[in-house]
Amino acid sequence: MGKPKIRIATTSLAGCFGCHMSFLDIDERLLDLVEIAELDRSPLTDIKHCTDCDIAIVEGGVCNSENVHVLRELRRACKKLVSIGACAINGGIPALRNRYDLGDCLEEAFITGIGVTDPQVPGDPELPLLLDKVHPIHEVVKVDYFIPGCPPSGDTIWAVLTDLIEGREPVLPYELTHYD
Amino acid sequence: MPHFTLDGRTIPFEPGQTLMEAAMAAGVYIPHLCYHPDFEPHGSCKLCSVEVNGRICSACTFPAAENQEVISASEEVRHLRLRLTQMLFVEGNHLCPSCEASGSCELQATGYYLGMTDGHFSHFFPRREIDASHPEVLLDRDRCIFCALCVRASRDEGKNVFALSGRGIHTRLVVNSPSGKLGDTDLEATDRAAHICPVGAILVRGTAFRAPIGERKYDHRTIAQVALEEERPLVGRQHGQAED
Amino acid sequence: MPSDPIQTAALAVERYGNHLSSLLAILRQLQQSHHYVPRPAMEKVAERLAVPLAEVEAVTEFYSFLHSFPQGRYEIYFSNCIIDDLQGRETLQRRLCERLKMAVGTTRADGLVSVAETSCTGLCDQGPAILVNGHAIGSLTGEKIDRIADLIEQQICVEDWPAKWFRIEDRFERRDLLLTAAWQSGKALKSALRRGPEYVLEALSDSGLRGRGGAGFPTAKKWRFCREAAGEHYIVCNADEGEPGTFKDRVLLRHHADQLLEGMTLAAFVTDARRGFIYLRAEYAFLRAELEAAMRQRRRQGLLGRNICGLMDFHFDIEIVMGAGAYICGEESALLDSIEGRRGQPRNRPPYPVTAGLWGQPTVVNNVESFIAASLIVLNGGAWFAGVGTEKSKGTKLLSIGGDCRWPGIYEVPFGMTVTEIMILCGAGETLGVQVGGPSGTFIGPGEYDRRIAFEDLGTGGSFMVFGKERDMLEIVRNFTDFFAHESCGFCTPCRVGTSILVHLLDKLRNGWGTAGDILELERLGRVVRQGSHCGLGHTAANPLLDTLERFPDRYQAPLQEIDFSPGFDLDGELETARRLTDRFSAADHLTQE
Repeated sequence: MGKPKIRIATTSLAGCFGCHMSFLDIDERLLDLVEIAELDRSPLTDIKHCTDCDIAIVEGGVCNSENVHVLRELRRACKKLVSIGACAINGGIPALRNRYDLGDCLEEAFITGIGVTDPQVPGDPELPLLLDKVHPIHEVVKVDYFIPGCPPSGDTIWAVLTDLIEGREPVLPYELTHYD
Repeated sequence: MPHFTLDGRTIPFEPGQTLMEAAMAAGVYIPHLCYHPDFEPHGSCKLCSVEVNGRICSACTFPAAENQEVISASEEVRHLRLRLTQMLFVEGNHLCPSCEASGSCELQATGYYLGMTDGHFSHFFPRREIDASHPEVLLDRDRCIFCALCVRASRDEGKNVFALSGRGIHTRLVVNSPSGKLGDTDLEATDRAAHICPVGAILVRGTAFRAPIGERKYDHRTIAQVALEEERPLVGRQHGQAED
Repeated sequence: MPSDPIQTAALAVERYGNHLSSLLAILRQLQQSHHYVPRPAMEKVAERLAVPLAEVEAVTEFYSFLHSFPQGRYEIYFSNCIIDDLQGRETLQRRLCERLKMAVGTTRADGLVSVAETSCTGLCDQGPAILVNGHAIGSLTGEKIDRIADLIEQQICVEDWPAKWFRIEDRFERRDLLLTAAWQSGKALKSALRRGPEYVLEALSDSGLRGRGGAGFPTAKKWRFCREAAGEHYIVCNADEGEPGTFKDRVLLRHHADQLLEGMTLAAFVTDARRGFIYLRAEYAFLRAELEAAMRQRRRQGLLGRNICGLMDFHFDIEIVMGAGAYICGEESALLDSIEGRRGQPRNRPPYPVTAGLWGQPTVVNNVESFIAASLIVLNGGAWFAGVGTEKSKGTKLLSIGGDCRWPGIYEVPFGMTVTEIMILCGAGETLGVQVGGPSGTFIGPGEYDRRIAFEDLGTGGSFMVFGKERDMLEIVRNFTDFFAHESCGFCTPCRVGTSILVHLLDKLRNGWGTAGDILELERLGRVVRQGSHCGLGHTAANPLLDTLERFPDRYQAPLQEIDFSPGFDLDGELETARRLTDRFSAADHLTQE
């Protein structure tokens, strides 16, 4: 029996899945990755809940109560939590809504807005409740590493991931550091 | 020529020069955002903090003197600069993916240079007014870092279009017109003040995204390389004096 | 009083002059007449003073007591100094706001009244205190608050409120060298004229007098440097006593104004200055009339104005410049900018004011107490003064003692006196500690009470706040840190942003959400603010935090969570808007904090 595989979980909160798409951009290196690593909870596996993991990669900021629950589940399950992309790191595009009052937003969208019929704010218990603001994930749980970019390139993700898997402190070269 | 040492290196200076001017002239980059060789030093961003004989000083305003020992490259100074950069990021709304200055933004490039990967602090997410009243120039206060370069540039041009108002964390950039709107000032897109913003707070319209990703100012060259190339020849000129 | 702000502006420009250095006075007039500075008035002022409108706006918005938006016809400010707080400020403030049916920090919808907080108003010996349209009222009680609310609702003019409310009491609890010295107006000045400037400088040098504002620069040197610098010379008295907890200049300005004026005139004689300024904080507006009377008296006596003491070539006069609510203007270079009519932002140094001060000319800036000491030293000789105190700190120091002690008031003590001795004098019981020198000074606990008041040990501008054993350390530190965040001029990054983050983290701790990581963060950030800031305000803003972290680590550790991370904002509270709009209030619609 070989070395036990590294377990990796990934998720997207208030994000666009662009970081996940970029993750797939590591292309044929995915084959190298699956040699040494195994994906736990992730949109790629469709596993719904996390078991113990070595690394969790979180894309997207925290905009609602469900985001908080998912983020906490990953934080509890993993040894190292990686915040990936502009939204997870500073709220990103979803945080553009932070300049508006949440009450005003919901009212305009569901009550007073043009073309609204049957005006009411949807209140189904299935729907997550929105937070007043979109927050970067480091404001809600402890984060160990950050991979900036919108999205970070496949090369950037690969560089950090290989560093982490091999137990090195990740250091990004200049060409791989971008906030956009 | 008199000289001081900067990280052990001998830097000659002319009497009256600041540490920044002497260092730049000698080809040594010291990070800065509010400093520009064409304008009177401001000393507010504090990115150019260096240790002089054991004390932290702003290189852009501190006069060079014989036998000074200046430290710029220590871990302590780097940490200070990193935290200052992070403060500037969290204080405003710097959402790079939605900013047309991205790729040529000095705040962003300073972050890259310092190896910054996150904002570290909690974000303030302030609500600031955007001014789109001017046909050629956009003022997005979300990104203002209060460096006062536009204030100085416009003052030197005799127009005084901008000023910093408010106090403390409520400091804000204001505009010199009865309505307080940019559209009612005599600012023109050709003014230096419209182009001097180191971030994306003052943008000349119709020029966005001309340089594709991969060909922008800081895509391949660090802010240190760019600053030494662009600003070094200007060092030593009188402030506000145009090149002949 | 004209009801048209543009007319008020025009008249104010007539009255104060159409130059930049009149700007603050003009803006104060507008605020007083209209309870804000309307934009059309700003335009008028900008036009008449030939300064950009944006600059008039920028100056207006810099000062706490000037507003670009309407305030109430009754403008009320509660002094939120920690000493006022310990005396029940918050309860009284809430009571007033409830009676007036309004929220603090707002102007009531009918425009009648606005209630806000302001930094220490210098009445810690008789707090809690408020300012009503610039008038100070101390020793507030619940009943007084109720009557104030009634008077406002009845729209009774503040001038017609009970006169005794406005009486400020001055308690001298201990007098020493300065406060007991015999004084005869003009005697020191005549002696100086007889013996010449070198005599004055020698007497000051022999006395060992160091600046009483807190920094402790030798006064003789300052006057000599200024004298030797070429240019038009100016004398400035820093009466912007803003350090929370101190009020000794308030008392000196009232009872020893003549000595102060003589001290300034001596400085003018030494440096050949013709103009002097007293920069008086807005909170002390009630002292202005008395000060002006003292100046008039001296002019009548030939001790101020033209041909002083009958000399053909000695002309010197003094003007009072009123501040408008900005602690930073106590920093000398910011004060000079404020006199010049600008935002009070500390200048880059060097150069220092002695060579490049007011309008770039050599300027002596001294504290009220320093000028008074100087006049007595010239009168009684350097040795008289140097005979008291320690080797590096000669003479006496006036302390403003307030807080948890039986006899708050003014204490003149010889330098070198221990904190223990002072605690006995003022009748302090069991204590948590003492803040010496105000928030920018040093917090010490009982273990250090053998330390001495002296530049070489515990330096102080005069503030001395006593905290009883039961006081909440975090409340004190939070109050001080918030004070710095509120008073930060906003010029440099570490102070502008860093102080706000410090307050945020201290709030996190006080909310019970703190973790060990937050303590580490507070300490590191405190050092960044201390190291990186532009001026003394930023350099000292983290003092209360760093002092107490070092001395009372237990007080910080006790309320900590055992987990290693907790959000710094109210996570569940941020769902409230959505809950309300969707009418969902089940247990599942809540979040825990960690």
